[in-house]
Amino acid sequence: MAVSADTSRIPGRRISLRLRKGLLPWLAPLVLAGLWQAASSFGLLSTRVLPAPSAVVAAFVAAVEDGSLLNHTAISAWRALEGLVIGGGIGFLFGVLNAAWRPAEQLFDTSIQMLRNVPHLAIIPLVILWFGIGEGAKIFLVAIGALFPIYLNTYHGIRTVDPALIEMGRVYGLSRRELFWRVVLPGALPSILVGFRFSLGIVWLTLIVAETISASSGIGYMTMNAREFLQTDVVLLGIIIYALLGKAADSATKAIERRVLAWHPSFQEAREVAA
Amino acid sequence: MTVLDLQARRVNERPRPAELPAGEAGLAIRVGDVTKGYGARTVLKSLSLEVEARRIVAIVGRSGGGKSTLLRLLAGLESPDSGTLAIGGEPAARQQSHVRLMFQDARLLPWQRVLGNVGIARTPGWERAAREAIEHVGLSGHAADWPRTLSGGQKQRVALARALVSRPGVLLLDEPFGALDALTKRDMHQLLTRIWGERGFTTVLITHDVAEAIALADRVLVLREGRFVVDVDVPLERPRRIEDARVGALAAQILREV
Repeated sequence: MAVSADTSRIPGRRISLRLRKGLLPWLAPLVLAGLWQAASSFGLLSTRVLPAPSAVVAAFVAAVEDGSLLNHTAISAWRALEGLVIGGGIGFLFGVLNAAWRPAEQLFDTSIQMLRNVPHLAIIPLVILWFGIGEGAKIFLVAIGALFPIYLNTYHGIRTVDPALIEMGRVYGLSRRELFWRVVLPGALPSILVGFRFSLGIVWLTLIVAETISASSGIGYMTMNAREFLQTDVVLLGIIIYALLGKAADSATKAIERRVLAWHPSFQEAREVAA
Repeated sequence: MTVLDLQARRVNERPRPAELPAGEAGLAIRVGDVTKGYGARTVLKSLSLEVEARRIVAIVGRSGGGKSTLLRLLAGLESPDSGTLAIGGEPAARQQSHVRLMFQDARLLPWQRVLGNVGIARTPGWERAAREAIEHVGLSGHAADWPRTLSGGQKQRVALARALVSRPGVLLLDEPFGALDALTKRDMHQLLTRIWGERGFTTVLITHDVAEAIALADRVLVLREGRFVVDVDVPLERPRRIEDARVGALAAQILREV
């Protein structure tokens, strides 16, 4: 009690506390980068193995200046989005269909479960035979990767909506369509978003593999191309860009969750703590 | 008043119980020879019941005695194996829009605020009607709250507002006050009696609490093993109090019969 009263009376201390809290997660990476830079500068690390952070920064500046970084990043992000929308959309539709309509479940569920158990990267040779190394190959792989987590979680989410709420909706005269949009879908949404986050992770993984194996553009191509010219700084830059893109996508999903699941107790608590 | 004939009798032979409410929304209910079973178990055995429009009827009995089944039949959630159910002279299945059911638990949509829960049907002009209903149950100022921030009593108030926003002719209550503490329960009784007095919807209350049944209803029936074994009028004037000695005496009498 007394301690919190003290800090609230001194605005300077509160701000510094907040600042410390905001900086803390970055402390470890910054220290690591400092040590790394020092090791490179003193010649302890060969640039063939690991270039200095300053070299990566220089590569970043150069790649921004000639426009190649933005170009490759935009292409990768676009592929991720396309694959996610196509695969996620199909997964969502089958999840809804199979959860809501038993004949559909009997018809499709076994097949989907069988396909789900094939590691989707194992079909890369086949995909290359089908699509060559064009856009289709990468988007197809990403879509396949994104499909199953969203399918499973949509199906599970809809199946576990509180039947008491559905019964209430029926008593209060909701039509089947209204029941779906107002009761079933919102009830399944937390689970669907969990599937979405799983899918996002798989999307990046798939894209990295697909772009390094067969591509003529994108971050994966950029790094593989740099490897041939022994540009370790550019390789490292590519890896960092992937990490940042993944982190950005994850943060965006979290923001969406916080918004559409504002009613959900767990998100409410998180927000109160943040505030 | 002290001599109560506790034998089951026909509606038109009974002396008038407490006065009818002012509102005229109520629809008469007629259950004719209804039988309903699940598998080998028969829950309701050729049950008949007539409820005058604008009355409050309470049905008490042990759990598993068929009370909830009767209510689900009236709400149109299930259909009988045989027999007829009529509300306002029409088959109950076609009168669903005039019948509202309140459950033991409030069953509010957690992703809708109070306003959205009350106006769940989203009929034209729903928002104004919902705000009125929320005010009516004494929750003005809570329209924008999430259900999880409400107390048990407040949740049931929201559920009551949701049930009444469409101005139904019949209100079915499936032990909605069972989980509330004594004081909150009494507040809910008063609230229900007040709104019923204004609107006059026909009410069927299911409860295992005989005193609650007497405090609220014009007529109390006891359902045992699928049949009504007691059917008694409650000749006490309103407002009643659950702690009133006459309520207790009548409850004791009914319990003796059971």
